[in-house]
Order: sequence, then C-alpha cells, then structure tokens
Amino acid sequence: MSNEQGSGLARYVLGRLAQAAFVLWAAYTLSFLILWSLPGNIIANITGGQATDLTKEQISKIESTWGLDDPLWLRYLNSLGRALHGDFGISFATQQPVSRLVAQSIPPTVAIAGLGFLFALVFGVGIALAATRARWRWLSGLLLALPPLGVAIPSFWLGLLLIQFFSFAIPIFPSTGNDGFVSAVLPAITLAVPTSALIAQLLASGLQQALAQPYADTARAKGASASRVQLRHAFRNAVLPALTVSGLVVGGLLAGSVVTETVFSRNGIGRVTASAVSAQDVPVVQAVVVFASVVFVLVNLIVDLVYPLLDPRIVTVRRRRLPVTPIPEGV
Amino acid sequence: MTGPLLSVDDLRVEYRSGRTRIRAVRGVSFEIRPAERVALVGESGSGKSTIAAAVVRLLAPAATVTGGGIRFDGADLLSAPPRRVRAVLGRRIGYVPQDPTVSLNPVTRVGEQIAEVLTIHGLANRKTARIDAVAALEKAGIDHPAERARQFPHELSGGQRQRVLIAIALAARPALLVADEPTSALDVTVQRRILDHVDDLTADAGASVLLITHDLGVAADRTDRILVMSHGRIVEAGTPEQILGAPQDPYTRSLIAAAPSLNTVGTTFLDRARLAAPAHTPADPPDAPDAGSAPIVEAVGLVKDYHSGGRSSRAVDDVSLSIRRGRTLALVGESGSGKTTTARLVLRLAEPTAGEIRFDGQDITALRAGALRRLRRRIQVVYQNPYDSLNPRMSVGRLIEEPARSLGIGSRAQRSARAAELVDLVGLASSVLSRRPAELSGGQRQRVAIARALIVRPDLVVLDEPVSALDVRVQAQVLELLARLQAELGVAYLFISHDLAVVRQISHEVIVLRGGVVVEQGPTEDVLTDPRHEYTRELLAAIPGHAQRPPHGESDAGTAPSTARAPSTALASSTAPARSGAHTTGDIR
Repeated sequence: MSNEQGSGLARYVLGRLAQAAFVLWAAYTLSFLILWSLPGNIIANITGGQATDLTKEQISKIESTWGLDDPLWLRYLNSLGRALHGDFGISFATQQPVSRLVAQSIPPTVAIAGLGFLFALVFGVGIALAATRARWRWLSGLLLALPPLGVAIPSFWLGLLLIQFFSFAIPIFPSTGNDGFVSAVLPAITLAVPTSALIAQLLASGLQQALAQPYADTARAKGASASRVQLRHAFRNAVLPALTVSGLVVGGLLAGSVVTETVFSRNGIGRVTASAVSAQDVPVVQAVVVFASVVFVLVNLIVDLVYPLLDPRIVTVRRRRLPVTPIPEGV
Repeated sequence: MTGPLLSVDDLRVEYRSGRTRIRAVRGVSFEIRPAERVALVGESGSGKSTIAAAVVRLLAPAATVTGGGIRFDGADLLSAPPRRVRAVLGRRIGYVPQDPTVSLNPVTRVGEQIAEVLTIHGLANRKTARIDAVAALEKAGIDHPAERARQFPHELSGGQRQRVLIAIALAARPALLVADEPTSALDVTVQRRILDHVDDLTADAGASVLLITHDLGVAADRTDRILVMSHGRIVEAGTPEQILGAPQDPYTRSLIAAAPSLNTVGTTFLDRARLAAPAHTPADPPDAPDAGSAPIVEAVGLVKDYHSGGRSSRAVDDVSLSIRRGRTLALVGESGSGKTTTARLVLRLAEPTAGEIRFDGQDITALRAGALRRLRRRIQVVYQNPYDSLNPRMSVGRLIEEPARSLGIGSRAQRSARAAELVDLVGLASSVLSRRPAELSGGQRQRVAIARALIVRPDLVVLDEPVSALDVRVQAQVLELLARLQAELGVAYLFISHDLAVVRQISHEVIVLRGGVVVEQGPTEDVLTDPRHEYTRELLAAIPGHAQRPPHGESDAGTAPSTARAPSTALASSTAPARSGAHTTGDIR
C-alpha cells in the first residue's frame, strides 16, 4: 500500500514537471518565432541605427559574428541549446551578455514585487474580511466597490500621484532610485493596488458564498461567533479559488513592474523589458519571456502541489485507510 | 423549573425580496415541555423550517421576525444580545440540519468539528475535546470512531455524516434538540437506524426534541405531540393517536390520505386506474395473468463492473428482468444497490460487462449509433429532480416537443398539436405551454417531464425516483397520473425507487436489489405481504408510521380484492412477526 502511495505521488510530481517543461519549451519557441519574424532591420538594431553607412563586407561580417547568415531553424536549434545552458547570447543594444543583464535586474524587481505582494495580501484580505463582516450594508457595499476601482486606476497615474504626495508635498519617501527599503515603498504600493483588488474581489465573493453554505449555519448553531465562523470555517474554503489564480497575481506584479519602474526610474526587469522592446533587442526580450514563463510555471507548480494539502477532497494520492461506503451503517 | 422549556408565542416571520413580501409564519404558538418530543409536520412552504431556523437564530437574511416571541428556559431568545444567544446555541439547544452532504465543513476533520462545540463553550480544552469527540462519535453509532474522527467529511457516507452532525448537536448534552428534516436525504433503513439512535440518545439525556418533518409517519413514530402546519399556521395539534386516528382538519386528512407509508393496505392507484380506465384500452389487459403476451423488454444476466485505479467493483451482478407491455416493474433498493445502474444498462446508457438485453424481441445489447438512436424513440426517461431535469431557458411547449424534434418525428404543426394534447393529458392547463419551468411548482414540472417523455409515444418509460422530490400530496397526484396514463396508453414502466410504500401504489412486479444482487422478486403484493428475504423485511420495517396507523379502509372503496386481506397478512404487520421467518408459503416465481 505504501509502495503504491509513493509511486502515485512520484507519478503526480513527474507529470507536473513534464508539463512545466513543455510550457517552458513552448514559450521559448513561440517567442523565438514571433521575435525573429518581426519587421525591422536587425543590423541597424545591432549597430545602433547606422546600417546605411555600412559596406557590404561590414554587413556580412556582422551577420557572420551574430550568426545571422544561418537559416532560421539552425539559429533556433543553436539558441535553444545555448539557452538550456543559461546562455541567451549578447544584447544588440549594450553588447553585454544577456544572462548577466537579466540576472542583475532581477533582485530590485523581486524587492518591489515581494513587498508589493505583501501589501496586496494585507489590503486584499483585509478588504475582503471587512466587507463580509461589516454590520452595515452601506459599508460593505462601499468596501466591495473598492476592488473594481483599484483595477481601473492606471498604475502610471497612481505612481505619479504617490510621488506628488509622499515625495514632494510630504517628503517621506524618495521619488526615484534603488536605495534600500525606503525607495521600494512607493513602487510597491503602486504595484499592490491592482493586485490587492484582484485578491479582494475573489476572496470576498468566495467568503460570501462560503458564509451562505449550510456548514456555516452548522457552525453558527454550535454557538460560534461571527468572526469564528468567518475565519475558521469560511476563510479556508474561500481561499481555494483565490489560490487558483495566484499565477495571474504574480503575472500582474511582473507586468506592473514595467510601468512602475519607469515611473520611479528604478532599475529592474521592467526597465530592461521596456528598453529592450523599444530597441528591438531581440535576445534580451527573448530572455525576459523565458524568465516570466519560469516564474509562472514555478508559481503554478507550487500551487498544484500545495492545493491537495489545503483541500482534502482533491485526492492525488490514495491515503485512505477506511473504505468510504462499504462499511454498513450503525454496526 | 416546571414551566415549558421552549415557548413560541404568536410568531410571525416574513420573507422580503424586492417589493414582494411572503408571510411564511403567520402567528404560530406552541410550547415544548422538558423531555417532550414535538413534531412540526407540513409540506414545503408551510413555514415549518422557518420556525426551526427562528429558534436557532439561523433565519436567512431576507427573513424578518415581524411579531411574537420565542422564549427558551424563561429567557427571550429573539431580543437577547448575540453573546447571550451564542451561549445557548450548541450548549443548551442542539441543531441537526437537513442535508448532511453539505452541512459539514469540507476542509476540516470531523473530529475537530465535534470538538469545536465543546471548546467554544469551555466544556473541554483542546486535548480533552479531542477525546470527547471520539466518544461522541462512538455514541452516535459510528464504527471505528477514533479513525473516523481523523477523516474528512467527503470520506464518509451520507448516513455517517448525519451521525457526525447528530454527535455535534448532542456533544454538549443540550436540553433541546432541533432537528430539521434530519433524515429526508437518507435511505429508509438508514433513516430508521438514525432516528432510533436519536430517540435513545435524547431519552438518555432527558432532552426535548423539536422535529421538523414532511412525513407524518416519522412524526407519529418518533414524537409525543404533532403540530400540523399549512400556509404558515398550525391547523391541528394533538397526540399521534389523535392526529392519525381522528384528524379534524381537512388538510390533515388529505395529508394522511396521500401518504403512501400510511396507506399500506387497501386499494392502490394501480387498482383505481384499472377500474377507471375505458374498457377498450389498446394494450393493457385488465388484471389477467396475461402470460401469453411477450415482454417489451427483457434482460438476462446483466453484469456491470466499474474499474478505477486498478480496482474493479461490481455494481450489478447477474440481474435478469422482464417487463410486459402496459405493466410496471419496480426496482427497489437503497443507494449503492445498483438499481440506477441496472436502469442505465436497460436504457443502453451504460455498456453491460456481460448479459443480454432484448427490446421487443430484438437483441439491443450491441446496438450502435443509428439504430440506438431509433431505439431512443421507444424508451424514454423521467428523472427524479424536476428542478434540474428541465432546461430553464426553454418554454414548456418547447421542452415537451424537444424529443420529437431531435428525433425528427412529425411536422412542426403536428408536434405542437401533440404537445397541447399531452399537456391536457397530464392535467395541466394549456396556458403553461408558453411558460418557463421556473414559473411552475415541483409537481407541475414533473407533469411536464412526463409529457415530454410521452411525446414520442414510447413503449417503455424509465421512471427514476419520479416522486421522491415531491410533497406527499403532490406525490399522490403524480402516482395517480402515472397509473392513469398507463391504463390509457398501455405504456410499460420501469420504476426505480427506494420506497416500498410508493412501489406498492404503482407497480405490478418488484425486484429488490442489494449490492447489485437480486435478493427477491415477484408480484408486488406477494413480495410486500410475504417477504422471504431478511433484507426485504428490513426495508418494510423501515417504512415510518408503524406506531400509529389510520384505521384501514378509510380511503378505500372496499371493492378491490386487496382490501379483503386479513390485517395480519397486511404490510403494516409484517414487521416483527415476519422476522421469525415462519412465512414461507408465499409463491415467488
């Protein structure tokens, strides 16, 4: 029995890993094909817009050093092989190794994204709990109107507004830069607003549904207080649908970093993405796509593995010791 | 402390939605003395569950108490602050909800859910609560209580979950138990054992009981006093003997007349329909043995195995059946008995692992796509739940025409003419044709489902628990309709049910299934009056209403042969004496 359990779990995890690998490969291939079929003069991108001044020999020399004279399928195989070893080539714009460029810009983004996620959790969960607990209907209505508003506010405008108030009017936080925790607060808030709105929305509707379930009535009939019913009984059930979209949440943070880092003039993956896209720096964009898909795949993998722990009904591994029905009633 | 434990005084409750107000409870007063067991009986919409919800302060947000009071042990429950109410709930008043499948928190172990009552009220600390929870489970009659306490609700059967809920309600030894239809979602034998257990536990603790039920039989067996409710008012109150023996109110009388469990002797709907049917009916030969007529459907040695995760389980094991034209065969059993699977095999909705099915002489076991589709025209189905089986976006007219349309039968004009005829035949006004299912009551919806099944003029209709979701009086009307339609149209029924009392009303022959195996089969009267198998006797004994029965012949014309039966051989008395196994004279095939 335990052997069967072990192999079941191993098969589940292996299956998930295989899926993850497939998603990564598909993301790489699709982005490779799309990026290399974009219109635009690659030589000009590499040389910084001076392609017209170049002689034929110079062009063919550039083509051979960058491997551009190879057919597309060969370039694809070569770059895929290198990417598997962590080598994403040289940036067209900066002539630096792409891996180093991306690796350097990850930590500052992780700082604001992590802090932003924390804020988003606190705001989102707080709003959802308060809205479903409010004794007055108008208050709960007001709180439930916040998430749509939060999604609707453009990040760049919110960022500028925050700078206006907390950097210029009341100078608490710096408006730009990468210096330590203080500089990360305003960008993190900017990132957190749309994310917390998503969390609040999902969690509030989950809580409302859970509180209307008969099992919530069972808890109330035990003499449980409203907060006990909400936190002990409804919350764990309501958190499950919210968990399912964690991939979206993390994706939202990454996407938000493009605007946020630009507004706050911060270094990070968002800035790198923005400048690489505008310069058609294909190797860098390719690496960013791979990075984003790795994050997505990892988050979803973690969620898939954690889910059965939170929801016992999802049976991925047989661990029952007693049969479900065959035991006769009232023996 | 000699006063009543619970007193409800002129209680009025309203439901509001938009501008409409529904007065669900219109001035209800009653008292429950210590250790007294009181039943509130009524049909859906009578307001009985609203009263239970008001007592345990679980009224829906749309409901408002507009007048009256509820006093428990001398203290006003309605005006008490939440903190005071919480101190009473769970501790002094235990509550058993209606549907065990959704009333336990799915992500918490059942032991913890029981322990919670004790820790909330400070009756135990976390450690001792865990031990007490196991003891409570054991008391509620659960096997392996220590292991079960560590399981999650989805790992338990419906009956086990209801036992867990009973353990929760009784863990703190409350003075009053409020049970809202505690067993209506369960099989009859499970219902009986669970109610027995509740009786024992509450009697031990000297607790009072407020039992909400739609079943007069259950109320009569289990309580000291019955309050009959209709349209938000108590129309009659009295002891079970008074209510069942000499009902005063016409509503109470109609409830008693309709309850199959209280009418286990005397004429059935089948008898009456046969007497009423015109003499020239096409297919149904009166009640002759008609041994000569060939069966419309015949199945031999049906076997169905299910495989999951390398294990295989046998849902149906060597079941053979045969139904003649214009006759009814009932498949009776509890959940997991294989009755629905057997019907699905006959319908060719599932592939039999072994066995053969013949329809009108033709082997249909291996029929494929096109031929199978033509077969659909001759076999139709009516499902249990009329709320789920009708597409809410279609008009009734379209719903009824649907099978004919999808099978390409008749012109558009012919179909709508036939639909209008059928609506009339099933006793609905022609105005329903343009309405949507949501505008109809449960009984009306089931009539629509029956009309839909009949539009293709099938030879066989499979009725899957067609009345078990309906109130007793509506149930009686639908059974009567089914019997009449059979007499008029000569259609055969395969009737699936868990309820032998209902089966008696409608079917000529019966097969009792248990664990996929036929335990008994034969003509309905023979099987019910002289059951040979222990399990059949158990099913019969589980039919509620044994303690009290109305004097028989009350609703009978006295013309049918079955009324001539001596009471000793009647269904009502087959409980204890038959258990000895002395009756072996019955001739079953």
